Amino acid sequence: MIPALRRYARALARDADIADDLVQDTLVRALRSERLFLGGDVRSWLYTILTNLNKNRRRSLARRPQFMPLLENNPDASGTEAESRDIARALSTLVEEQRAVLLLVMLEGLSYREVADIQGVPIGTVMSRLARARAHVKASLEGERAPLRRVK
Amino acid sequence: MTDRKIPVTEDELHAYVDRELPAERRSDVEAWLSTHPEDAERVRSWRAMADVLHARYDSVVNEPVPRRLELEQLMQQRRKWLYGAIAASLLAFVAGGGTGWLAHGAVASPSTFQDFTEDALDAHRLYVVEVRHPVEVPGNERAHLQAWLTKRCGWNVRAPELETTGLKLVGGRLLPGPTGPASFLMYESASGERFTIYTAKATTETTQMRYTAQEKDGAMFWADRGVGYVVSGASDRQRLGQVARLVYDQAEKADKNGS
Repeated sequence: MIPALRRYARALARDADIADDLVQDTLVRALRSERLFLGGDVRSWLYTILTNLNKNRRRSLARRPQFMPLLENNPDASGTEAESRDIARALSTLVEEQRAVLLLVMLEGLSYREVADIQGVPIGTVMSRLARARAHVKASLEGERAPLRRVK
Repeated sequence: MTDRKIPVTEDELHAYVDRELPAERRSDVEAWLSTHPEDAERVRSWRAMADVLHARYDSVVNEPVPRRLELEQLMQQRRKWLYGAIAASLLAFVAGGGTGWLAHGAVASPSTFQDFTEDALDAHRLYVVEVRHPVEVPGNERAHLQAWLTKRCGWNVRAPELETTGLKLVGGRLLPGPTGPASFLMYESASGERFTIYTAKATTETTQMRYTAQEKDGAMFWADRGVGYVVSGASDRQRLGQVARLVYDQAEKADKNGS
């Protein structure tokens, strides 16, 4: 479970240290809570804590000046390296809720129902967030691939 | 045959890719995709997107988990936190001297309450931030709440009236305590400050009232007739003491009337 949480956190927060901080806070909270002893779906619950912690973190960041990490922009990067850089960049431009939905469904393989519970919204909202996130990432990836063909 | 079917929606395309589509609709979608190249292209691009995501992030799963994330390490931190709380309560006890009042004379060892304050403060922190579901039974069902908690906990659970200090009962819930069920009541003022009262079976009959603080939260805790009480709230000690005093007095009165 911890490796999967780390994967989700890494994709969500991009920075590896921040991601592991999120995982650590999630586990500490889980350990302190009585929910562990009540059983239930621990996996979903851990994703819920992490998603909320990241939301809070971003909210407090939003009040401070933003430091966008500089992206390596190596034109010689091989196909997969470039793809991997582009997907990270595309993710970073998504709004928070859409990014979480996209990652929970596509990367972590959670069901729409589970994601709806994690975000505390109806399934219809999850589906529209997912649709918007996919459209945005698709457009972003296609834009990256063919910057010269983009016409304003 | 397929063209007499309902057209495939975008939602269904997503559900198809995410294996959320009912089995009986899958073949319809597949037939639709064979005649709608633009939709087929979208489905293909979403699958490719998933592949890129996994290619980018799956390696994290195979990295060794850093030491600070090992459960054993985290459990140790939890114990440290616990010792910190005990140390703080001891310090407050010594420094506070006369401010804690003697209820019935007996002085419990600091370990008596370690489970209590810890559980109570954790529950406090967990639920006071809840906007939508802070309690299981709302405060307007006070009689039902008291009867239910009394039945489950095994001692007389009364939700004290704290209106004189500006606090309204939000409601309560049942929690697992250190040695059995615990009752958890939440109160709120008009300005949104929240206090919680946690009670569970205590191993000590009676103790004096103590104060402990952890970050922004403070707690007053004591035992009376085998029941431990923890009143948690903001760490303003005077305010907390005022609320705790009211809780204590009413429990005392209820017990006298009851027995």
